[in-house]
Order: sequence, then C-alpha cells, then structure tokens
Amino acid sequence: MYALSIRNLTKTYRNGVQALKGIDLDVQEGDFFALLGPNGAGKTTTIGIVTSLVNKTGGAVSVFGHDLDTDLEAAKSCIGIVPQEINFNQFETPETIVVNQAGFYGIPRAVARERAEKYLKQLQLWDKRKAMSRTLSGGMKRRLMIARALVHEPRLLILDEPTAGVDIEIRRTMWEFLRGINAQGVTIILTTHYLEEAENLCRHVAIIDQGRITEHDRMSTVLRKLQTETFVLNLREAVAQAPSLPGYAVTLVDDHTLEVEVGKDRSLNDIFVRLAAQGVDVVSMRNKVNRLEELFMRLVAKDGAGAGGSTGAAAAAAGSAGGARAHGGGAR
Amino acid sequence: MNGATAAAVPASRSRAREAWIGYRTIVMREFGRIVRIWGQTIVPPAVTATLYFVIFGELIGRRIGEMGGYSYVQYIAPGLIMMSVITNSYGNVVSSFFGARFGKHVEEMLVSPLPNWLIVAGYVSGGVVRGLLVGAVVTAVALFFTHLHVHHAFLIVAAVLLTSIVFSLGGFINAVFAKNFDHISWFPTFILTPLTYLGGVFYSIALLPGWAENLSHLNPILYMVNGFRYGFLGVSDVDVGFAFAIMIGFAVTLYAAAVLLMHRGIGIRE
Ligand SMILES: Nc1ncnc2c1ncn2[C@@H]1O[C@H](COP(=O)(O)OP(=O)(O)OP(=O)(O)O)[C@@H](O)[C@H]1O
Ligand SMILES: [Mg+2]
Repeated sequence: MYALSIRNLTKTYRNGVQALKGIDLDVQEGDFFALLGPNGAGKTTTIGIVTSLVNKTGGAVSVFGHDLDTDLEAAKSCIGIVPQEINFNQFETPETIVVNQAGFYGIPRAVARERAEKYLKQLQLWDKRKAMSRTLSGGMKRRLMIARALVHEPRLLILDEPTAGVDIEIRRTMWEFLRGINAQGVTIILTTHYLEEAENLCRHVAIIDQGRITEHDRMSTVLRKLQTETFVLNLREAVAQAPSLPGYAVTLVDDHTLEVEVGKDRSLNDIFVRLAAQGVDVVSMRNKVNRLEELFMRLVAKDGAGAGGSTGAAAAAAGSAGGARAHGGGAR
Repeated sequence: MNGATAAAVPASRSRAREAWIGYRTIVMREFGRIVRIWGQTIVPPAVTATLYFVIFGELIGRRIGEMGGYSYVQYIAPGLIMMSVITNSYGNVVSSFFGARFGKHVEEMLVSPLPNWLIVAGYVSGGVVRGLLVGAVVTAVALFFTHLHVHHAFLIVAAVLLTSIVFSLGGFINAVFAKNFDHISWFPTFILTPLTYLGGVFYSIALLPGWAENLSHLNPILYMVNGFRYGFLGVSDVDVGFAFAIMIGFAVTLYAAAVLLMHRGIGIRE
C-alpha cells in the first residue's frame, strides 16, 4: 500500500492559473521522499490538496488507501502537515497550540499534554512553552509547527520547506530528528530548495516543474542520470592560463582556481596525473554544486528554456525567504 | 499506531468521543480568548449598559412614566440585556473566526478530522458563552437600578439561548464572507444596530403609527426582545409562540447555511 497515491491531479485556480496539469505520484510507506521544483512549480498546491486546504479541480488522491473523496476523515487522521507559511495563532503559547491541535484530532487532554511535552522537548522548545508565540524566532516557529504536526502521531508527515530560514546547526539537528522519525516508520515527504538536504535525506525524489512531474524515481537512479560533474580545484601556485587537459572542459576561474567538467565515463586520476606532469599542484578540490543541484538545473533549464522565469536552484539555494510572516495586529 | 487501543471500543463510540474532545477544544479555546482579552470582551458592554441605565432608566425614564404597565427602567431592562447578548454573540464569532481565517490558524482545524458541523457548533458555542457572560454582567448592572420580576424562567433562558445562537451564526457567516476588517464591522453597524434599536428595546411598538408598527413586524429582533421580555414581565407586543417559532426557524436555517458554506469551502479553501 502506498502512503500517498496521486492520479492525474489537476488544479486551476479561480484566477485562471493552471497550477497542476495532471500529476501522478506514488510514495511508498516508510519512504523519505523529496518533492522538488522551482518557485511556483506547484509543490505547495499539491500539498494543499493532499491536506484538504485546497480544492482540487480533477483527479484522485488517496492516503494509506483512504480516498480523499470518500474517506476524508480517515485520510486526515493519517497526515501531519508542516506548512510553508506560519499558520498558528501568534497570540497563543506553544504549549496551547500543540495541546489544542491534539484536541482537534480527538486526543484526550492528559495524553495531549504528555505528547506536547515530549515533542516540544525534542524540538528544543520546552523552555519557550509559555512564551507568546509571536515572540519566537523564525526557526523556533518552524520547529513549533513540526511539534504541532507530530502531536497526533501521524503515519505520513509532510513538510513544506521546513528548513527555510533555519540556521545551519538547527538544520542539521532537524535532519537528525527527521531521520529518527522516519526510522520509527513514519513516511516523510519534504519540499526544499536546499538540494543538498534532499540528497542527504531522501530515498526517492520527484521533480515538478510548471505543474508537471518531470522526474519520479529513486534518488540514486536520478543522480546516475547526471552525465557530468563539475569540480573546482584550488591550486597552490598561480597559473597564467588553463593547463591543457585534453578530453575535459577546463575553465580558469582565476589564477588559483580551475573548474573541470568530468564525464562520468572518465576517471579523476587521469586529471591529477596530467596536472602533476605540468607541475600544477592541487591543494584542494570540491564539487562545484551538489550533484542533485547540477541535475536539477539541467532538467529545469532544458524543458523550461526561456519560459517560467529564473527557476533557479541557485537562487533558491541561496536561501528562500521563509521564516516569519508578520500578521497585522488584531489577528486575534 | 493511533487507533490501536481504540479497536477494543466500538468505532462509533470512539468517534463520538473524539468529536466531543474536538468540540470541547474549540469551545475552551474561545473561552480562553474571551478571558485573555477581557478588556475588549466583558468590560465595554458593562460600561455601556451602566450608561444606558443611568441615562434612559434614571434621568429620562423618570419623566416617561410607565410602559406596558411597568416603570420605564423595568421595561427596558430585558431589552438592554438582550441587546448586549446580540452584539456580543455576534461580535465574538465574527472577530474570532475572521481572525482565524486572516491569521490562517483556521487551517489547524481544516487539516484535522473535525467535521464542519462541529467546527460551526464550536464557534457558535463560543459566541453563546460570551453572550451569556455579558448578559449576566448586564443583568447584574440592571439589578442596581431596578428590581427584575421573573414571570417565566424557562422562557427567559430559552429566548436568550436561541437569540445568542442565531447571532453567533450570523457572525460566523459574516466572517466567512469578510475579506478585510471593514467587512466585519459593516453588517453590525449598518444592519444589526439599527434593527436592534428599532426592535422594541426602548419602546413598545404599540406606540408607533400604524405603518411603522406593521413594518416592525418584519424585524426578527422584535420577536427575540419580546419573547425575552415576556419571560420577565409577562407582556409582549407579539404572539409569544410565534416569537419562539421565528427564533428556532432562524437558528436552524442559519446553522444549515453555515455548515453548507464550510462544505463548499467558501472563504477558507482555494
Ligand atoms: N491562491 C492562489 N491563487 C491563485 N494562484 C495561485 C494561488 N496559490 C498559488 N498559485 C499559483 O499556482 C502556481 C503554483 O504555486 P505553488 O505555491 O504551488 O508553487 P510552489 O512549487 O510551492 O512554489 P514555491 O517554491 O515558491 O513555494 C503558481 O503559479 C502560483 O502563482
Ligand atoms: Mg511552496
């Protein structure tokens, strides 16, 4: 049985924007799944439909075999959602927010309190439990939404850019935390613009672009499609011009930095042998961008040619503007 | 993982229990909000009521003499209580539910298995709690100025509950359609307040010229105020049975409308 199964899903917003143009997606139970795509690709729309915050135009969705059209409440009980934008009452405390959410799922108060304590502690928010949540930092707000999503112990956890605007250290602890949750059997679907994150965490991946799925496979299979990788070499001595490396595309970025594109049928040893022969000493080497990112940019650039604007994992990887969205006063 | 322990209990019973917990959560959250911002929810109606009693009841009322066989302050006391119940029930739900839409935390409920009819019931109960709290405060104020006769306690309670439910539902529906904060004050200012003032709070419609008296019968608030007043004083401008039928009719119709709007996702789902 699939944790999530989507068939021919379409969505046209009232303003005429066709956000989804017939999507098929299957996520296996227990999987750690990445849903990737440039800004405006349709990720949040897809998640909105699955969590019944957005009405679909056509198609079918089922969650652990519960069809959303016929068995909505059962499907809803299986899902925990961490939305892209802050959506808790900023005048309430974290503890109230998490305990109340459990209440909406029919969990008795005493159990709800225990769980709230457990998850607020795990997400390092316990000492903030009595603070007005408006006063939390952006990263804390995101963690609060994770605690809230887990309080009814869902079998499927969906996170829409959970690490946007979160610092590196917290991001890494969040990764460990999500790995742990996944190891306990919870299926996780994640969207992110940090492709390194997806490559590290996820076993399967789907790439969505302009409302269509363009890739849907195992992470390793998708990565294997990458025909070339670009490496950045730092040189000990300045060089005036790029050393000759027949068969490789070489660019001299500055007099100490060399970029080499390596086809996957070629070996790296060959490069070093040739460079050594020319007296060029390499101090260090790294991937120019992470592998998934490289593939992603190619895929999106290929079928997006011109259309859809600067999709860019690059821009996105620089940090999508997540975090706190201030609400006007009176929001209570 | 979830439901493993629940398997022993019949499914319908555990469903009912979950529904009850969900409902109680909404009501307690609403109650918490009323208490948290008590300076906006409880104090202003008490101040307004005191002013009404001082000015209309004491200063002007003495010169008016009797109405419907009672002193003026006694006559308007039920009307003033009802007026505060109406504005506060409505105001509570319209601002709380619109706030939940505006701040997006309505999504917390929408993603959960809470059925729509229960969400509406929860918010309406919140409005009733506020309406009754304020009604009690205004009643207490009234007792400083006059003696309140109780003709029929059950009718008093029934009228205040039904009216509170009707206007809580009205506030809910207003909040569903509102697109900004202006929209949540438009209906109370231009429709609700005039209808309340013209609904026999301050006078018996028997005093009006014939056409105005007839026109007043189209005002649903007239029936609520008079049903309520009848419970205290035993006098009414309208048939009491009919008044209750109107209240029940409005409550049922508006509840159905509110649940239908939720099902359609109007204002809450793209
Ligand atoms: N409420 C809405 N009304 C109209 N159009 C919308 C609405 N929400 C999204 N869209 C449009 O639907 C398309 C898909 O948006 P969506 O939010 O699903 O993208 P996304 O993949 O989540 O992007 P991002 O990475 O920026 O979060 C976009 O063209 C967007 O402008
Ligand atoms: Mg999005």
